[in-house]
Amino acid sequence: MASVASKLYADDVSLVMVLLDTNPLFWSSSSLPFSNFLSHVLSFLNSILLLNQFNQVVVIASGYNSCDYIYDSSLATNQGSDSGKMPALCSNLLQKLEEFVIRDEQLRKEVSGDGLPSSMLSGSLSMALCYIQKVFRSGPLHPQPRILCLQGSPDGPEQYVAIMNAIFSAQRSMVPIDSCYIGSNNSAFLQQASYITGGVYLKPQQLEGLFQYLSTVFATDLQSRSFLQLPKSVGVDFRASCFCHKKTIDMGYVCSVCLSIFCKHHKKCSTCGSVFGQAQSDASTASNRKRKTSET
Amino acid sequence: MNNGEKRRLNGEQEEDDDEDEGNDGGLEAWERTYADERSWESLQEDESGLLRPIDSKTLFHAQYRRRLRTATTARIQKGLIRYLFIVIDLSKAASEMDFRPSRMAVVAKHVEAFIREFFDQNPLSQVSLVTIKDGVSHCLTDLGGSPESHVKALMGKLECSGDSSLQNALDLVHGHLNQIPSYGVREVLILYSSLSTCDPGDIMETIQQCKKSKIRCSVIGLSAEIFICKHLCQETGGSYSVALDESHFKELILEHAPPPPAIAEFAISNLIKMGFPQRAAEGSVAICSCHKEAKVGGGYTCPRCKARVCELPTECCICGLTLISSPHLARSYHHLFPIVPFDEVSVSLLNDPHLKLPKACFGCQQSLLISGNKPGLRVCCPKCKQHFCLDCDIYIHESLHNCPGCESARHSKPEISNTEV
Repeated sequence: MASVASKLYADDVSLVMVLLDTNPLFWSSSSLPFSNFLSHVLSFLNSILLLNQFNQVVVIASGYNSCDYIYDSSLATNQGSDSGKMPALCSNLLQKLEEFVIRDEQLRKEVSGDGLPSSMLSGSLSMALCYIQKVFRSGPLHPQPRILCLQGSPDGPEQYVAIMNAIFSAQRSMVPIDSCYIGSNNSAFLQQASYITGGVYLKPQQLEGLFQYLSTVFATDLQSRSFLQLPKSVGVDFRASCFCHKKTIDMGYVCSVCLSIFCKHHKKCSTCGSVFGQAQSDASTASNRKRKTSET
Repeated sequence: MNNGEKRRLNGEQEEDDDEDEGNDGGLEAWERTYADERSWESLQEDESGLLRPIDSKTLFHAQYRRRLRTATTARIQKGLIRYLFIVIDLSKAASEMDFRPSRMAVVAKHVEAFIREFFDQNPLSQVSLVTIKDGVSHCLTDLGGSPESHVKALMGKLECSGDSSLQNALDLVHGHLNQIPSYGVREVLILYSSLSTCDPGDIMETIQQCKKSKIRCSVIGLSAEIFICKHLCQETGGSYSVALDESHFKELILEHAPPPPAIAEFAISNLIKMGFPQRAAEGSVAICSCHKEAKVGGGYTCPRCKARVCELPTECCICGLTLISSPHLARSYHHLFPIVPFDEVSVSLLNDPHLKLPKACFGCQQSLLISGNKPGLRVCCPKCKQHFCLDCDIYIHESLHNCPGCESARHSKPEISNTEV
C-alpha cells in the first residue's frame, strides 16, 4: 500500500493556492475587464487539474474588505452542473465568487471612509499558509504546495509587517510564492515575496495573452521548474519605508533596540520609547509606549 | 531551484527526526537499552480504572499555551543587536558518555541547530565560538554573521583533552567584547561539561570585570550544579541551568535564541545610520568591492558611494556604511508587534445549542466538529472573534505571527497605522 501511495504522490503532484484579487476599485480602472481575466484564470486552473489527476487547486479571494476560500478542488464533486452547459469547476467557483463579492460589498457599506485601493493580500496569504500547514500535517505523503498571487491592486503600506511575516513563514516551510502582477507599476511586496521564497515574479506585458503567460510560467510543478528557463528577476526593490512618514528611503537611521526605521535623526524612538545616546531611558514613557503598542 | 529542493528534503528529514525524539519510536533495538524507556509515562488511568494512552494532542497544546503565556509577558524593548560568544568546554570531561555518544558530540549537534535558529531570529547579530581545552581557551571563529562558517569551524575541531578553565575563557571573551559598539548587547553562553575550573588567578575578579563591562553570562551545565557558575550567572544577570538529558539540553540552549529583554544599563540605545541597497538585475556585470572580482548578476549597490557588494548584511568596504536589506529588519518585527494569545472557547459556550458557532477553522478550513456533529475544542481570537483549530493556533503564534482573521478585515487597520506613526 505504501509503495502505491508514494507512486500516487510523486514529486510532480502540486497543490496550487491561487490568491485572486477581487478588489472592485482596481478592476473598475483596469484595462483588462474582470470577466476576461476570470476566463483566462479558469482555463488556467482547469489546465493545472488536467496536468496530473492528483493536482489540487484552492482559490482564495482577496477582496477590498475581506478574504475567503471560494474553491477547493479536493472538496468539489466530480459531477457536472445541472444544466450541463458549464463544467463543475466554473459553476462552483463562479457561484462562490459572486457570493463573496456581494458580502465584500456589504462590508464596505458598514465601514465608512475611503482607504487606499489595496486588497487584503496579507489576509489571504496568511490563510493560504494555514491551509498548507494542514496539508503538511496530513502525513509524509502530500502534494508539493505553492502559492500563486494574481494581484492587480497596489501594495497597501499598512500591510507591510503582516506580509513580511507571511513571507518569512513561507520561506521557513519552503513554500514558494509565485506572483503575476497585472497592475500598472511593479509591486515591491510581491517582488520581495517571490525573491525570498524562490518563486517567480512576472509582470505580463500583453494582458490579452494572460492565459499563455500563466500556462507557460506558472503551470509546471516545482520539480520540472529546474529544467525550464523561467523569467529572471529584473532587480528587486529592497529599500525600506520609514516608520515616521512611510517614505521609501535608501539610507536612514535604525533604532538599535527595536530596529525601527527613521528617515532623519530623532531624540527618541517612537516605537519602543528608547532615548538615544543616553544610558537611562525614561521608565514612565517607556511603559506608556509599551501599553499603547500592545493594544494594537 | 535545485538548491531549494535539496533544502526542502533536508527540512523534511529534520521534521522526521524531531518526531522520533518525541516518541522514541525511531530508536534501534540496541539503542533502547541506553534510552530511558519510561513507557508507563505515556499511559494514564481513566475514570473506570483502565489504562489508556495519553491524549498527547491536548497535552501538547496545554504545554504550548503555558509557553505562550510566559512569552507574552516580556517587554517590547528587546536587545535585537546581539554579540554572543558561545564558549564550548572541550576538556576531558566533554568525552564522558552519559550523553550518547558523548557530551561533546551532543553539544556540537545542538550548537549547530542553535546557531541557525539564532541567526533566523536575530538577523543583525554576530556570534563567535570559543573553546576551552588543556586549561587554555581559543577563539575558534571571530565575531561574524554567517552561520555556515561557524558550523564548519566547529565540526572540524571536535576533540577534547585536559582541564577546563572558566577564568581563561572569560578573560578572552571580555577582551573581545570590550571593543564592540555600545548599542550591542554583550552575551556569553558557556556550555560547561566539567565539574571544576583550573584557573591561573582569582576568578572572582574576572567575574566582577565582566559585570562592570555589562557582559551577560549564561551557563548550561552538562554534569551537576557548580557554585562558581551559579555565582557568575547571578552576578552578571544571566541564567544558569543544568541539562537533565539530551532533549532537555536542546530545550535549554534554544531558550537563548529569542532576543533578551533590553535592559537600559546593558546596552545604550542609539540610532545607527544604515543603507538599504537595491539588488541589481540578474545578468548585469560589475566589479565587487569585497572580492575585487568582476561578477555577473546579483550584487547590491551601496546607496552612498555606489560601490558593489556581494552579500548582505555587511559593511561597505569603501565608505563604511552598514548595509542591510529591509527583509533583514522585517524578520524581527514580529517581536515588536506580537499578536495576542487566542482565548480558548469555554465548554459551556460550545454546548450552548442556541449559539451558531463556525463549523470550520478560519485559517485552514479544518472541520471543528467532533463526532456526532458537536462542536469540538477550538480557540478564538479576542480581536476578530474568528475561531481556529489548535494546530493553526500553534502555527499562527510560533511561525506566522499574523492572525488571518484580523488581517482579512479592513476595519482593524487604521488603529495600527495610527500608533505606528
